[in-house]
Amino acid sequence: MGLLSLAIWTPIAFGLVLLALGRDEQARAVRWLALVGAVVSFLVTLPLYAQFDTSTAAMQFVENAAWIDRFNVKYHLGVDGISLWFVLLTAFINVIVVIAGWEVITRRVNQYMAAFLILSGLMIGVFSTLDGLLFYVFFEATLIPMYLIIGIWGGPNKIYAAFKFFLYTLMGSLLMLIALIFLYTKSGGSFDLATWHALRLDSRSQTLLFFAFFAAFAVKVPMWPVHTWLPDVHVEAPTGGSAVLAAIMLKLGAYGFLRFSLPIAPDAAHEWAWLMIALSLTAVVYVGLVAMVQEDMKKLVAYSSVAHMGFVTLGFYIFIDLGMSGGLVQMIAHGFVSGAMFLSIGVLYDRVHSREIASYGGVVNTMPKFAAFSLFFAMANCGLPGTAGFVGEWMVILAAIKFNFWIGAATATALIFGAAYTLWMFKRVYLGPVVNDDVKALKDIDAREFLMLALLAAAVLWMGVYPKPFTDVMDVSVAQLLKHVAISKL
Amino acid sequence: MIDKISWIVALPDLVLLVMACVIALMDLGVKTALRGKTYVLTLATLAVVAYLQAERALSGATLYGFGNMVVSDAMGNWLKCFATIAVMVTLVYARGYSAHRGMLRGGELFTLSIFALLGMSVMISGNNLLVIYMGLELLTLSSYALVALRRDNATATEAAMKYFVLGAMASGFLLYGMSMVYGATGSLDITAIFKAIASGQIRHQVLVFGLVFIVAGLAFKLGAVPFHMWIPDVYQGAPTAITLMIGGAPKLAAFAMIMRLLVEGMLPLAMDWQQMLLMLSVGSLLVGNLAAIAQTNVKRMLAFSTISQMGFVLLGIMSGVVSGDSLTFTANAYSSAMFYVITYVLTTLASFGILLLLSQEGFESEEIADLAGLNQRSPLYAGVMAVCLLSLAGIPPLVGFYAKLAVLQALVASGQAFHLGIAVFAVLMSLIGAFYYLRVIKVMYFDEPITASSVVAPLDVRVVLCINGGLVLVLGLLPGGLLALCGNAIRQMLGT
Repeated sequence: MGLLSLAIWTPIAFGLVLLALGRDEQARAVRWLALVGAVVSFLVTLPLYAQFDTSTAAMQFVENAAWIDRFNVKYHLGVDGISLWFVLLTAFINVIVVIAGWEVITRRVNQYMAAFLILSGLMIGVFSTLDGLLFYVFFEATLIPMYLIIGIWGGPNKIYAAFKFFLYTLMGSLLMLIALIFLYTKSGGSFDLATWHALRLDSRSQTLLFFAFFAAFAVKVPMWPVHTWLPDVHVEAPTGGSAVLAAIMLKLGAYGFLRFSLPIAPDAAHEWAWLMIALSLTAVVYVGLVAMVQEDMKKLVAYSSVAHMGFVTLGFYIFIDLGMSGGLVQMIAHGFVSGAMFLSIGVLYDRVHSREIASYGGVVNTMPKFAAFSLFFAMANCGLPGTAGFVGEWMVILAAIKFNFWIGAATATALIFGAAYTLWMFKRVYLGPVVNDDVKALKDIDAREFLMLALLAAAVLWMGVYPKPFTDVMDVSVAQLLKHVAISKL
Repeated sequence: MIDKISWIVALPDLVLLVMACVIALMDLGVKTALRGKTYVLTLATLAVVAYLQAERALSGATLYGFGNMVVSDAMGNWLKCFATIAVMVTLVYARGYSAHRGMLRGGELFTLSIFALLGMSVMISGNNLLVIYMGLELLTLSSYALVALRRDNATATEAAMKYFVLGAMASGFLLYGMSMVYGATGSLDITAIFKAIASGQIRHQVLVFGLVFIVAGLAFKLGAVPFHMWIPDVYQGAPTAITLMIGGAPKLAAFAMIMRLLVEGMLPLAMDWQQMLLMLSVGSLLVGNLAAIAQTNVKRMLAFSTISQMGFVLLGIMSGVVSGDSLTFTANAYSSAMFYVITYVLTTLASFGILLLLSQEGFESEEIADLAGLNQRSPLYAGVMAVCLLSLAGIPPLVGFYAKLAVLQALVASGQAFHLGIAVFAVLMSLIGAFYYLRVIKVMYFDEPITASSVVAPLDVRVVLCINGGLVLVLGLLPGGLLALCGNAIRQMLGT
């Protein structure tokens, strides 16, 4: 079994074992097994990075086996510089999520842990497949565990949120399915991505394909104006669910743009780039403003996610390698930072059971250690130099200014809004005198929470100070992709 | 005199017939409420028959017997084999339920089931209009009696009445259409009809007139819109065990009947019947999915969902021939429909199996609300049910997804822009479908249970249910084998 298969199936196997395992009386054993599963799954992804050859844009660790003959579908895996980091990120966040749910989840622990482990395997599958149908299978299958996670362990309005999540994203992916079948027919019976990349398509087909893929990926990212499901879902989802959703699941959409929309329909991508840029700018500026007026911390971070993902799509569609790398770096950074933000909110929520900004104030007085972490993550969220958040945003803004000064200038305003809503929230929640008895009674974070936040903080700092390992891996692949996109298929 | 070949062709069916009589006689002496001996003997018979059919299917030969009246080919034998297994599984699920409701006082459940299966077998292997019709009548007459098996229950009796009246009307349609075709072509033999039509000497008008009636009759039997109204009433009214009996295996036979009549018999008229099937399938997708949303009764909801699923099957059959030359596309289209029917039956068996399991001990699990909190009562059964529902909704990696994919692919492969539009429509309809399937999952997983009592099931039910639900998942991960099986069977039938 290849390394990639191992990375996909290890967490799923552990998840299935957990499902078969017992009830809440054995919760302790279940938690430990889940942790072992998550850590092992993370460890098996490390050789991918260690053995990765940064000098080539070719797919590496390729596995190719026949799967469904009738459709000529292959079990075809491989990663390049664009996908490698997401495999690692997914496995890493999975470990954090298991730690985060350790004591918080007391009901149906085995199902909770299993859902996250299986989800993690499926998402790694999305990032490492080179077959269109296999991609679709993994992409869609992620909906099932997430639906259950939101619906079982979510907040008061969880059912509405679970349905909204499932149906919104299913709607998008079903249109993508038609696009996949169309490509399959056009290419004379192949689901192979490389074949599709080389396929010549007329302008009308390209436009149709572009919008079919757009339906799937824009909803997932989510781009304005199809982002409305995200705040609702974040508010209701349990902490771990929010973290995975923001850190990984949103990236599936952005990743899809790079793997499908751009290389398969390059002419349509150029033709409609103005639309993508306009929508991304709207997300960055307008949604940034929306984030500012939120009363609910999770909603605020959710809107901030939409704004940050706007940077990503903006970076992709200006067709400059700096912008594309910037978008990718931003995706990874946002994975760490937004995950950390949601987990921090979770820490507060577990103690006070409120996400309203107004029910807090002066938390720094009772939870100094925690407040220090939160400050650090808040700074990363506004893109302070030296943190992960800075690198990607800076690259995208630089590229945008190269592309068009005014677009660049508009993009840069996001830094101001980002700082405004993040710092304002930080001030209201953490600074000032202790406002009520709830806050007075708060206990500072324990060793488990410390570990979880420290891991993320280390990642954020490392990426901010020394982003070279990240950009090195992606440079060749990004250049290759841009070269491909620049050639007309008409 | 039965010649040697005829004997081979009909052997499994003859075994069924003889054993049906033996079991009926033996049952006279069985006294226990659970009818253990009858049950075991029935299952053993069916197992042997399924084996015989599978063996024939694997041999891959096409044989004609009784003066071309019956045919034994790979498609028919596989469908018969799966139908037999489906009836076996149905009986395993149904026994406890039926015993609690006094439906086992006589042994009719087992005898009638075997006769219904015999009807299906005859229908599937019929190569002659009258043989097909006879099989159909044997199946439906047994089904009417099965629905009425709970004599003291008003709703069941009412359902049987509705079923009988509408079913008889459908049979009338079908017979009328067959007589028109006979009148036009001068033969009842499917092969002869095909040759006559293909010769182009027959007056098109008369043929199409007969065709309309045949398609209407088929649509009635399959439950396609606008001939669907009996389905929800009968599904809801019949005892759940019987709902499964008439909603499971007979779908395979109905598919075979469509293939025999429309494809083997009247392929040259494809341009005509495809238009009709298109309208039927679009209507079924629309009405089935929209009406299912409003249902609070699970059986009724599943009935409407069946209507929409049959829409997909018809979509597969209609996307076969377009210009009349490419047999590969045609084979793909029909085999996708066959795959769809088989997986549909597999999924239906497990989902109704769960309903039967929950209906033990005098309690009818019919409302969606009755499934509340099933995950807390039994994570295993909730899991099986969830897998089935998600499969019906077409979510990967479950087998229902590949069924939908195969049909959509056949549709798109026909290369017409109009068909692409139909594919988008079908996909949007499955989005609506996902909503009501998800609602049931929501009830099972997110709601609190009404009773905390865990679900108990006898060992045989538990084992079969796990295998059944497991297959929905395993075939989803590895659908290649079954897809190839369907493809080969259809290619053999088309003679390519």
